Amino acid sequence: MSKELGWKKLPMGGIIEEAGNASSYETGTWRSFKPVFHPEICIQCLFCWIYCPDGAIIVEDSKVKGINFFHCKGCGICSRECPTKVKSITMEQEI
Amino acid sequence: MSSIVALTGNDAVGTAMKQINPDVVAAFPITPQTELMHKFADFVANGEVDTEFVLVESEHSAMSAVIGSSACGARSMTATSSCGFALMWELLYVAASCRFPIVMAVVNRALSANINIHCDHSDTMGGRDAGWIQIYSENSQEAYDNTIQAVKIAENPSILLPVMITLDGFIISHTTETLNILDGKDVRDWIGEYNPKRSLLDIKNPFTIGPLDLQDYYFEHKRQQAEVINNSYDVIVEVGKEYGKLTGREYDLIEKYMTEDAEIAVIVLGSTAGTTKEAVDILREEGIKAGMIKLRVFRPFPYKELREALSNFKVISVLDRCISFGAYGGPVFNEIKAALYGISSPPEITNYIYGLGGRDVGIEEIKSVYYDMKRISEGEKVKDYINYLGVRE
Repeated sequence: MSKELGWKKLPMGGIIEEAGNASSYETGTWRSFKPVFHPEICIQCLFCWIYCPDGAIIVEDSKVKGINFFHCKGCGICSRECPTKVKSITMEQEI
Repeated sequence: MSSIVALTGNDAVGTAMKQINPDVVAAFPITPQTELMHKFADFVANGEVDTEFVLVESEHSAMSAVIGSSACGARSMTATSSCGFALMWELLYVAASCRFPIVMAVVNRALSANINIHCDHSDTMGGRDAGWIQIYSENSQEAYDNTIQAVKIAENPSILLPVMITLDGFIISHTTETLNILDGKDVRDWIGEYNPKRSLLDIKNPFTIGPLDLQDYYFEHKRQQAEVINNSYDVIVEVGKEYGKLTGREYDLIEKYMTEDAEIAVIVLGSTAGTTKEAVDILREEGIKAGMIKLRVFRPFPYKELREALSNFKVISVLDRCISFGAYGGPVFNEIKAALYGISSPPEITNYIYGLGGRDVGIEEIKSVYYDMKRISEGEKVKDYINYLGVRE
């Protein structure tokens, strides 16, 4: 999706013709709070990965590796659902 | 082939809908639209249409349902009135913005409070900025004709906009009149099959409708909408001509009545145009050069045609069956004044708010407007530019 298209060239009705292109849309700039991942206390339950509404939890080899900040909107659900007593994901003010 | 029948306005539109045989109709009952849907529900129950008839829990849902079905490529219709129309508000914009060619009949009725079930145009006038094409009807015949034309206008591949056709509550909707109706097959042949370019059910070609649209693209999409509704003038006129070939009843954006040598004229829309024609005939017998312009299409607003049609009158009076609180006159008055700004020696223009909540307007009241205009044309100073016709002081 080019950022330069004028109204004459855009598809009508505000539709997006390319399916699944939300992944190329940066929503990370919306954050007020930023999740901070603490791998040393993570029990790898993957709750954060299940609950994240934006698929912004990076998982490799069945293990949480971190947060995709290009998409993460900072909603805090990952931190809220994290079952460890001392949260493995904490929310901090975005600077 | 056509036949002459006696139908109420509601039955006339219901019959047009039967002949159109839409894929989906979703509706919620509200007076005075209720009988329209009763009629259509009969056709569904009797197996006279193939329509998927969806009974919903509100008008918000009715419009949502036809938006959904239209997104799936179904020819979709609904009908409403007054507060039901108001409840659709949010979705009216969605239907137009997503370019869904939905056709809706609106049986004009006043808005609450106090509760009133009778005719004025406050409902559809309130929705004038939603991006829908708006066509007003003078009688049952026009309500029938406009419904059929609306399908062809809406589904034109270069337009793809929703169209609302209106008929005055009770005055047209519940009054039995004789009208010409076409053979059902002729209607279907004329409107043709609807072949949408896209359908959400086409899983091989997925696309997204109505996504988030922020500072970067929203403005461009609105600019597109402005362009397409402006392009619809020609299509509306062309469809009106084609319909004329089919039926002998040709339609244009505006209708002129006895305007050729007229010095004074009323501009009006809806059923009062019929009353005004009667008044003009009587005034002509009295030797007064009276004329009338009926505004058939209000959106898009035919400003060019009006500018041409109105520039030679000495005085014109705009009749608004709608009150726009705090505005300088009614909505039709406002737009006509704006359209005439800048022409050389423009006519004097006055405004009459009339008929709110179904208040009857007869020939005498209309004649009084012409007499006011006549005195102004003879040099009397305009006392009030905004007048209220038929209200008790």
